[in-house]
Amino acid sequence: MDMIFGVPAPLLFGQLVLGLINGAFYAMLSLGLAVIFGLLNIINFTHGAQFMMGAFVAWMLLTYLGIGYWWALLIAPIVVGITGIVIERLFISRLYKLDHLYGLLLTFGLALIIEGSFRNLYGSSGQPYRIPPELTGAWDLGFMFLPVYRGWVVIVALAVCLATWLLIEKTSLGAKLRAATENPALVQAFGINVPRMVMLTYGAGVALAALAGVLAAPIYSVNPQMGANFIITVFAVVVIGGMGSILGSIVTGFVLGVVEGLTRVFYPELSSTVVFIIMAIVLLTRPAGLFGRA
Amino acid sequence: MSLSRRSVLGVAAGAPLLTSSLSLRQARAQAQNTIRIGVLNDQSGVYRDLSGPGSTHCARFAVRESGIAQAGINVEVIEADHQNRPDVGSTVMRQWMDRDGVDVILDVPTSSVALAANTLVRERNKVFLCSGAATSDLTGPACSPNTIHWTYDTWMLANSTGRAMVAAGGQTWFFVTADYAFGHALERDTSAFVTAAGGRVIGSVRHPFPNTDFSSFLLQAQASRAQVIGLANAGADTTNAIKQAAEFGITRRGQRIAGLLVFITDVDALGIETAQGLVLSETFYWDLNDRTRAFTRALGTMPGNIRPSMVQAGCYSAVLHYLKAVREMGVAAAKANGAEVVARMKAMPTDDQAFGPGSIRADGRKLHPAYLFQVKTPQESSGRWDFYRLLGETPADRAFRPMAEGNCALVRS
Repeated sequence: MDMIFGVPAPLLFGQLVLGLINGAFYAMLSLGLAVIFGLLNIINFTHGAQFMMGAFVAWMLLTYLGIGYWWALLIAPIVVGITGIVIERLFISRLYKLDHLYGLLLTFGLALIIEGSFRNLYGSSGQPYRIPPELTGAWDLGFMFLPVYRGWVVIVALAVCLATWLLIEKTSLGAKLRAATENPALVQAFGINVPRMVMLTYGAGVALAALAGVLAAPIYSVNPQMGANFIITVFAVVVIGGMGSILGSIVTGFVLGVVEGLTRVFYPELSSTVVFIIMAIVLLTRPAGLFGRA
Repeated sequence: MSLSRRSVLGVAAGAPLLTSSLSLRQARAQAQNTIRIGVLNDQSGVYRDLSGPGSTHCARFAVRESGIAQAGINVEVIEADHQNRPDVGSTVMRQWMDRDGVDVILDVPTSSVALAANTLVRERNKVFLCSGAATSDLTGPACSPNTIHWTYDTWMLANSTGRAMVAAGGQTWFFVTADYAFGHALERDTSAFVTAAGGRVIGSVRHPFPNTDFSSFLLQAQASRAQVIGLANAGADTTNAIKQAAEFGITRRGQRIAGLLVFITDVDALGIETAQGLVLSETFYWDLNDRTRAFTRALGTMPGNIRPSMVQAGCYSAVLHYLKAVREMGVAAAKANGAEVVARMKAMPTDDQAFGPGSIRADGRKLHPAYLFQVKTPQESSGRWDFYRLLGETPADRAFRPMAEGNCALVRS
């Protein structure tokens, strides 16, 4: 067996693939965060809870209404996105003129309330959600056994990331959005309804989190703390990529997933910490993040 | 006499003071006749369902069933969340014992927190009834005259599940271990059995606690080509690992998964399709016999509408026995000397609906049989919570580590 740095090559390749899969989740979640921060200037700590809600809505659709995975991919993001819009209208819209810190505290509090409510209703050990029959099975890549479902997750994540990036960077709608963050008063003067645009942007960012939640439901146990486990890492990803940078969050998400995967082979005990070490180094050397503009 | 404004104000201001000092005195008089039991466990994280509010429910049920109120003794049960962190748990316990007059610390899953409880309780000469934690060190090097380890431990799990897996032909092992006191103890105790039975441990990997993605660790376990992958973790960590092992087709390639600590709440979370065939050990199962069924019925609706786990049943059993000792000694003596209460509890045989007859050993180990179960197939199961088929029973005297091997200072001759 070939060895690379004292580790069998197949094992190493396997970890690279797994890293990409985890990176897909990081990228999708940090993408939503970056969109919200870039356009609303809100640090959305509720993101993890909204990811969890996405998974729970998928589970509820199946359990109570018998609606399966494929429809859940569409319905859950819409449902959770609407709750996001309600939150934006009721609470967040009052904070735009204040310091970042208020938005952070508000969304953090909301996350605690949402997670606590789900915990009281459904307990902590989680609900079963099965992989849809069309996506069961696995491909033998030679060096590893790749479940079809995981491959599907990477493909969906890449497609969604690319679409979002194109939408914001290359379309006229994206141009209006970006202009609205630079100078809302001027854009409004052109006859564009900026508050509505901001509201829909928040809803879309939240829907992205919920979509990631539906994708995660068959892999991880659907439990109230599933988002909390992810969100801290994802924030580190956003900080490393550069707050508000769309491309930065996508690339960093995938790269950090791979770095974390490799750490799990060479020094597993460090795997939950390595992202934060990188964050500290990046903050010391490039405070605006790898892709951020200072 | 005319009422001046000032005197009216004075009386108005003084009235609440007067009543509060009265109620304080009443409270103090009551406190001397009140036993306080503090249930300390995970109320918000991965171990919530298997301990959490269900443990408190069982403790309160034990208080009611003991009929101690009729004997004129007040028992108060309070609860707190330790978030699976020794620092958080220690702060709560200090406050409880030093300020609030708590006499008993109950449950405490998460071995690292339980070891902290063990020390704090001993320093203050209170009582620690441990149901939730697993590390066998509590009756080994860390044993204490103030602690009883009630429900299960890592040695018992290794002896029951580990031995059964080796007997079924699992000769080589690879461990996926939660990186803290509990995981280390479970891996150590199981390894000892594997090697003693002629098997071999060919590797292990330690994962952060808690953890969600196990695919990397499972792939390493797969690459080791060990016949058995031993999961030395618990709660949502175990369910995530089992779920992902199925996804990566690990069992289809001939390797077997040994969930060394699986609770009934974990089986429920996995769903019976995923969990079927899993071999596991418990000391209590709600549908084991007439007594356990009667116990589960009498409990009423549990928080979250679950069936009691062995940890929760252990809280009931421990409190019931503790209150027997308190009744014999009197509240004042029981509050004054925790070690004395524990000594009294050890001197009495135990018996209750959940665990049947048993006893407590000098090193603080509660003895009762251990049961080896297999999770039923969906066809065999009649519905939610009808999960286990009994494979075997280890009698009480052989279910736990022999006292001489534990290295406990209390029993060293």
